[in-house]
Amino acid sequence: MESRPRALTILDIATILLFIIAVGLVFFYAPMEAVMGQVQRVFYFHVANAWVGMLGFLVAAIAGVAFLRTSNRKWDIVGLAAIEISFVFFFIAIASGSIWARGSWGTWWTWDPRLTTSAIVELVYAAYFMLRQGIEDPDRRARFGAVYAVLSFISVPITFISIRIFRTIHPVILGIGSAGAEGSFDMTPKMLLTFMFSLLTFSFVFADLLWHRIRLGSLADQAENLKMKVLE
Amino acid sequence: MHTVPQTEKPLVTQKDASSAARFTHSVWAIVWKDLAAELRSRELLSSMLVFALLVILVFNFALELDAQARATITGGVLWVTFAFAGTLGLNRSMAVEKDRGCLDGLLLAPVDRSAIYFGKAAGNLIFMLIVEAIVLPVYSVLYNVNLFIPGLLAVILLGSVGYVAVGTLLSSMAVQTRTRDVLLPILLFPLVIPVLIAAVKASTGYLQGMLYADIQPWINLLIVYDVIFIAVAFMVFDYIVEE
Repeated sequence: MESRPRALTILDIATILLFIIAVGLVFFYAPMEAVMGQVQRVFYFHVANAWVGMLGFLVAAIAGVAFLRTSNRKWDIVGLAAIEISFVFFFIAIASGSIWARGSWGTWWTWDPRLTTSAIVELVYAAYFMLRQGIEDPDRRARFGAVYAVLSFISVPITFISIRIFRTIHPVILGIGSAGAEGSFDMTPKMLLTFMFSLLTFSFVFADLLWHRIRLGSLADQAENLKMKVLE
Repeated sequence: MHTVPQTEKPLVTQKDASSAARFTHSVWAIVWKDLAAELRSRELLSSMLVFALLVILVFNFALELDAQARATITGGVLWVTFAFAGTLGLNRSMAVEKDRGCLDGLLLAPVDRSAIYFGKAAGNLIFMLIVEAIVLPVYSVLYNVNLFIPGLLAVILLGSVGYVAVGTLLSSMAVQTRTRDVLLPILLFPLVIPVLIAAVKASTGYLQGMLYADIQPWINLLIVYDVIFIAVAFMVFDYIVEE
C-alpha cells in the first residue's frame, strides 16, 4: 500500500489555510450589506457550496463518459467520489440558502427555479446512491452508476429551463414582489474579492476532498481484492 | 409434396434487405412478441388500467374535483395518473423478461442491441397509449369535460414518448438490481420532471383554450426532450444490458 502522497499533504495544508483566510475575509473584511445586514454574509459560502455541488455533478458526468468508454474502474471511483462530496455540499448550499432566504425574503423556501432545481438535483443524487446500493456486482454497479450520472447531468439543465418557462408564464405572487426585492445587491470591490476568494477556497476544498475520497476508494478496492484472495 | 430447401428463401431475402429494413424487422418482432404475450395473459394492461382508474377515483375524493377545480387541474390529474400507471407497466414489462430468462434469449439473438431497446420502448408506448385511450373517454364521461382536442392528444403522445424513452432505459436498469420495483420510480421521476411539467402545462393550456403561441414553448420543450433522450438512450443502452 502506498503512503500518502506528499502533494496531497501540501494541498491539505493549503486548503486549511485558504479556508481560515476565507472565513476571516467573510467576517472581518467584507463590509456589512446595508439592507440585509449580517445574514448577507451567508452568501459568500452559499454560492461557493452550490458551485462545488455543480462541479461535482460535472466531474461525475465526465467520469461516467470516461468509464463507459474505457471500462477503467478508476473512473467509477472518481464519479462516486465526486457525487458523494457534492451531495453534502449541495445540501449545505440549500440549507444556507434557506437561512439567507428567511432573513431577506421572509420565508424558508419558495418554488423559484433555482431552489426547485436544486431540490431535484439532491433527489437525483439520492437516487444515484440507492441505485448503487441495490447492485452487488461491482462492474455492473459502475456501469449503471455511470449511465445514471450522464442521464441526470443532461436532464437537470432541461428541468431548470422548464421551471424557468413555468415561472415566466405564471409569475409567483409572494410577499417578495419584484425582482429588486428578491435580495439582489451590487457588490462592492471588497465584497467581490471575498466572493471570488470563497469560490477559489471551495474549489480547493473540493479538489482536496476529491483526492482523499479517490484514495479511499482505491484503497477500499485493494482491500476488497485482498479479501477475495484470502477467501480463495 | 416437393421438398424445397427451407432455409434458402429467407437467407436470400435477408442478404438483399438493407440493414435499415432488418433493423425495423427486429424491432417489430420484439413489439409483436410483447403484444402477443399481452393478448394472451392480459395481465399488464388490466393492472395498469384498473390502477389508473383507481388513481382518478382517489383524486376525486382527495381534491374534490368540482367544476371549478376541474378547469385548472384536469391536466395535472391526468398526467399523474399516466405517470403512475406508466411505472407499473414499465416495471412489469421488464420484470417479465428478466424472470423468465427471456432477456438473455433476446440478448443472444443476432440483432443490434438498440433494436431490443426500441422494440421494448415501442411496446411500452403502445401499452401506455392504450391505457390513455381508455382513461380519456372514461374521464370525459365521469366529469363531463371534452378531452378530445387534437392538440391535447398530440401533447399526450409527445409526453408519453418522452416518458417511455427514459422509462424503458431505467426499467431495464432497475430490474437488474436488488430493490427493483421500488427503485424505478425513484430513478425515473427526478429525470422526467421536465416532461411532466411541460405536458401538464400544455394540456391545461389546451383545456382552457389558450392560444397556440402560449402553448408552443411547452410543445417545443417536449419535442426537444424526446429527441435528446431517445438519442442518449440509443447510445447507452448497450452498456446496460452488456454482460
